[in-house]
Amino acid sequence: MQHIISVLVENKPRVLARVASLFARRGYNIESLAVGHTQDPDVSRITLVVRGDEDILEQITKQLYKLIEVIKVGDFTESSYVDRELSLIKVNAPSNLRGEIVQTAEIFRARIVDVSEKSLLIEVTGTSDKIDALEQLMKKYGIIEMTRTGKIALARGSQSL
Amino acid sequence: MKMKGAQILIELLKKEGVTTIFGYPGGSVIDIYDALYQAPEIKHILVRHEQAAAHAADGYARTTGKVGICMATSGPGSTNLVTGLANAYMDSIPIIAITGQVGTRLIGKDAFQEADTTGITMPITKHNFLIKSIHELPLIVREAFLIASTGRPGPILIDIPKDVQTAEVDFNYPEKFEIPGYKPTYRGHINQINMTAQAIKEAKKPLLYVGGGVIASGASDILLEFAEKTDIPVTYTLMAKGAIPEDHRLSLGWLGMHGSYHANKAIMNCDLLIAVGTRFDDRVTGNTATFANRAKIVHIDIDPAEIGKNVKIHIPIVGDARNILNELNKRTETKKHDEWLQTIEKWKKEYIPKPPVSNELLAPTIIDLVYQATQGDAILVTDVGQHQMWAAKHFLCHQPRKWASSGGLGTMGFGLPAAIGAQVGNPDQTVVLFSGDGSIMMKIQELVTAVNNCLPLKIFVLNNNYLGMVRQWQECFFDCRYSSTHIINPDLANLAQAFGAEGIPVQNQEELDKAIQRALEVKDHPVLVDCRISKETNVYPFVPPGKSLDEMILE
Repeated sequence: MQHIISVLVENKPRVLARVASLFARRGYNIESLAVGHTQDPDVSRITLVVRGDEDILEQITKQLYKLIEVIKVGDFTESSYVDRELSLIKVNAPSNLRGEIVQTAEIFRARIVDVSEKSLLIEVTGTSDKIDALEQLMKKYGIIEMTRTGKIALARGSQSL
Repeated sequence: MKMKGAQILIELLKKEGVTTIFGYPGGSVIDIYDALYQAPEIKHILVRHEQAAAHAADGYARTTGKVGICMATSGPGSTNLVTGLANAYMDSIPIIAITGQVGTRLIGKDAFQEADTTGITMPITKHNFLIKSIHELPLIVREAFLIASTGRPGPILIDIPKDVQTAEVDFNYPEKFEIPGYKPTYRGHINQINMTAQAIKEAKKPLLYVGGGVIASGASDILLEFAEKTDIPVTYTLMAKGAIPEDHRLSLGWLGMHGSYHANKAIMNCDLLIAVGTRFDDRVTGNTATFANRAKIVHIDIDPAEIGKNVKIHIPIVGDARNILNELNKRTETKKHDEWLQTIEKWKKEYIPKPPVSNELLAPTIIDLVYQATQGDAILVTDVGQHQMWAAKHFLCHQPRKWASSGGLGTMGFGLPAAIGAQVGNPDQTVVLFSGDGSIMMKIQELVTAVNNCLPLKIFVLNNNYLGMVRQWQECFFDCRYSSTHIINPDLANLAQAFGAEGIPVQNQEELDKAIQRALEVKDHPVLVDCRISKETNVYPFVPPGKSLDEMILE
């Protein structure tokens, strides 16, 4: 089962390496990873998407807590949360197809952020499914290149991790 | 007053109560060595290979309960510490390694003697630090000592670039500090403790299985009190040898692959297993699916990640072993388990290992004799292999911290430097080292360290011209194909003499008796007794890897 884990860490050098090294050493797979600082510049939040049964997730959480620079670990899977990814998709856009591509992007509330004679650069945010769907539709025009951030997530409601 | 980083480091070490450092100088620690030269309060033991510095700090920590300190230069000095750090990490031993690093401006430029020490040691330290500025130095040293010695203890490495050692600032000692992500749990959950007390009340065949955590938390006395009051027999891991007196009526000896027959039988037949400060290592459990499969299992450990890692636990209790055993003791009533103890006694009589008939010297006999000659009043250190198992079986320990052996990592070469650390930390005690001809050669150069420091180590090399434990496996599982396990050694007694130690070759009983007597009377230099033993004797009982604890090969 897929789990989204949020890890609050001290914003210090090598802390990401410690987390990544832990996952590598214990044989846990990371499906996606996103990291950035929080409202407190001394604290960063690492959002991990991992797959595993209950026992593995319990071990992952406990092993993360053993890292001295890890302050808090939360698993969103059981609670109500909002998760988002951002993607940039550069797609072939000859003038005769351009209108069609822009219309499709609008349906996804995606934005055109760069235009050239032959291409469009589309910025889209949303759940993984939404980005998958847009990617699928863009394939027929020919995706020149694309990039996706890892997933980020926060719990709904006023409580924090 | 302005002070150099190197001087500040020494001041901080003094404030932490450090009296001894095991180390080896080099270009990137030359400033620290200069500061050390001017600090007579701290004794520096010069080893001859940095790995030995780490093992010596480890042996010192195991036998004194204090944090052991080792020091090495950047690059090769640091990489040589790696095995020692991994060894201390596996056995949760508090040591601090101080390493020099190239100047901050050179880091990442592949400078001379540069290695990514913090990167390399990340998975084998409890935590490590690379100091980027002299202003961080005091707090980091304080944090290092706290982290090494609290919670589940472990090794810490502090990497100090050259320019941090030479920079000058006003020394401010951080009196108070907090590490936001480090808050070990010491007190056990009271409901869980009550549930355990209830389980003890109901149990007919309870068993205590204790590990190194009992030693680390200083819980031996309370363990004994609790076991006696509840009449629960105790088995222990190699790490907890000495946690209770080994000749106590409730002591079953240590368990596992080469553990005692009746301890393994007890594991497989108990109805309540109380595991304390132990991690269900594969050499202890054998097949985890069958391990204690008739029992309700309670696991008490300060490291939450150990609970449920290898074996399913019914009652987990996170916290300090001493605290929790104390709470349990208060909540339990006096009990008797005569029937259960009689069953165990029956198993004990069922299997009494017979000494093989041989004209040659046998390792167990030698160990028995040394044990008798010392009356058990010694610190026992071993290397790794057959001799380690024999020594652990035949040389009993009746107190904690009288035993140093590489449990988790199984590091050949640990013995001699660890014995040096033990003797330096306990100058008034007799330190006996049992080693093998394979193990001793891995760190033989440290004999000169022992000679230089007038350490009266009693070293018994059980020499069978084999890497005996591997040979035993080859005999049992590889049809006696002794691939690369027959070894041809130098004359070890003469070699010892060349180092300035005393070397005594021993071929027969008479020579052995004399050598033991001589070794024990020497007070100012190490004695190495090269005991030529029977070549192809095996360690029994023997649970083949992955098998259940009741599937022991007995002879």
